[in-house]
Amino acid sequence: MNASADLALSELALRVREHIVRLSTNGGCFIGASLSCTDLLAYLYKEVLDITPERVTDPERDYLLLSKGHDVPALYGTLAELGYIERERLQNHLKTTDSIYWHPNRAIAGIEFHSGSLGHLLSVASGIAMDLRMRKSKHRVFVILGDGELNEGSVWEALLVASAHKLDNLVVIVDRNEFQANIRTEELIPLEPLGAKFEAFGASVSRIDGHSFVALRGAFGTLPYATGKPSVVIADTVRGKGLPSIEKRADRWFVNFTKEEVAMLLAELHGHAQATLTSDTLMVR
Amino acid sequence: MSYEDTLFELCQNDERIVVMTAENRAAIRGLPPKLGERFIDVGIAEQTMIGMAAGLALRGRVPICHSLATFLTLRAFEFIRTDVGIPRLPVKLVGGVPGFLSDANGPTHQAIEDIGILRCIPHMQIVCPSDEVELEAALPIIMKSNAPCYIRYNACPPAVKHSEPFEFGKAETLSEGRDVTLLTYGFLLREVWKAREVIESRGYSVRVVNVRTPKPLDEKAILKAAKESSLTVIIEDHFLTGGLYSIVSEVLVRHGVMGRVLPIALEEKWFKPALLADVLSHEGFTGEQLAHKVLRALG
Repeated sequence: MNASADLALSELALRVREHIVRLSTNGGCFIGASLSCTDLLAYLYKEVLDITPERVTDPERDYLLLSKGHDVPALYGTLAELGYIERERLQNHLKTTDSIYWHPNRAIAGIEFHSGSLGHLLSVASGIAMDLRMRKSKHRVFVILGDGELNEGSVWEALLVASAHKLDNLVVIVDRNEFQANIRTEELIPLEPLGAKFEAFGASVSRIDGHSFVALRGAFGTLPYATGKPSVVIADTVRGKGLPSIEKRADRWFVNFTKEEVAMLLAELHGHAQATLTSDTLMVR
Repeated sequence: MSYEDTLFELCQNDERIVVMTAENRAAIRGLPPKLGERFIDVGIAEQTMIGMAAGLALRGRVPICHSLATFLTLRAFEFIRTDVGIPRLPVKLVGGVPGFLSDANGPTHQAIEDIGILRCIPHMQIVCPSDEVELEAALPIIMKSNAPCYIRYNACPPAVKHSEPFEFGKAETLSEGRDVTLLTYGFLLREVWKAREVIESRGYSVRVVNVRTPKPLDEKAILKAAKESSLTVIIEDHFLTGGLYSIVSEVLVRHGVMGRVLPIALEEKWFKPALLADVLSHEGFTGEQLAHKVLRALG
């Protein structure tokens, strides 16, 4: 059963990655961080979150918030593949006639809240979790943070408060792809030992391979990890996952590829030769 | 009634209301046992309070957040702008000890740019009650509105008898006069009212306008005053930049109304920390001192 489920998830993740690659031209997108959380999003939407395209405003639903924000192409791709928005709509990327831009916003069905400024959505998620609890709902709030985002003090402040208020319906997921915008986290503002930090702030923590569906099932199958504590899943991931030509490269955070490069990258996704990329490195920060 | 009692009554009639604080309970000390889980104290964490308030508002709640005005509006400004302002959520912000009311705390506690920065946020309402009567009259209307709102908290006893019911975008004209108009808001109305008596005793007629809601502004009242009186004086415990003087100037320029305007505000300075009465006299904001400044301008 799990083998066929894994295959279906891998196929979904591949289609989402195709969307991400197609969004990386004509203005471009934040490709590296999108590819690192693709497997995670595919898995959560297929197997964990109690939500469907018909129930995006149902008060009785699970919430997923994307706090790091610039990984939104992975979410657009997932929402398009699962029927929350039409696939064709992604062609409106960066057009003024739609609202599909570099950061999430609520004009897109399925997107719960906007982000872009780092360090905000853990507190917003805590507010949602607080209300769910007041209404005795069994539903949960999942919030995906970037590891670079953990530089922001507001993340830790919010976690202190969430722990103090015993929000065990809150699940924090760290896309631990080991990069901030332009540099490895451990070279700039080291985060390790990360699990111990979260535990010290009152959360209960697991650490897994964020590209393994087996590992993801293990981590999300037993929530909450401890009664009265927020759960934290540190998902070790690879920035640029799925495209060896850009994996783990500091200079492939935000990209704007040519049409030819996109064609090569799509072939590379399907196991063909590595793409030859000549577009300039873009430093937007 | 008190602010706390009024708020509790509103909470009883509207289960959407959630009372929040960043460990500033001065005005709401009795509410925790009465409200149970609808009272949320996040500790000294203004940013988290605002983010959580946005999350609660997304779920249909109407959070009312309490903190000292400086920390609320400055530390948490980006959260207010981004998490409350952009989605236009009905989060209510109550800033304690604004302006001169922070008396001896020192410049860290002087919220004297709060109106200037918050009014930049689209659709943010700003209410500056002149006393507790006005505060309590405004509260039900503030809580009913679907817009975000900043309240410059002031529960001083009233110095004037209010004649007009509270309404957003409506200033209260407390006296009519054509020689000079005094525009003010908040607790300074008390000093302005005293100033009016002194100025009138010198034979001038004085219009006093209580600008309860600097945003939305009662443009009509401002334009009428500027057209009908020979001098318009703006008196506020705020930096000269960004507050009511700026607001009035923008309106007059936009409508092409030219007239004599005298601002009395804090120009490029924080005020001297001391007990409130001493702050007022040191900074020249007692009724007597205000009257002399106005009389000098009237010649």
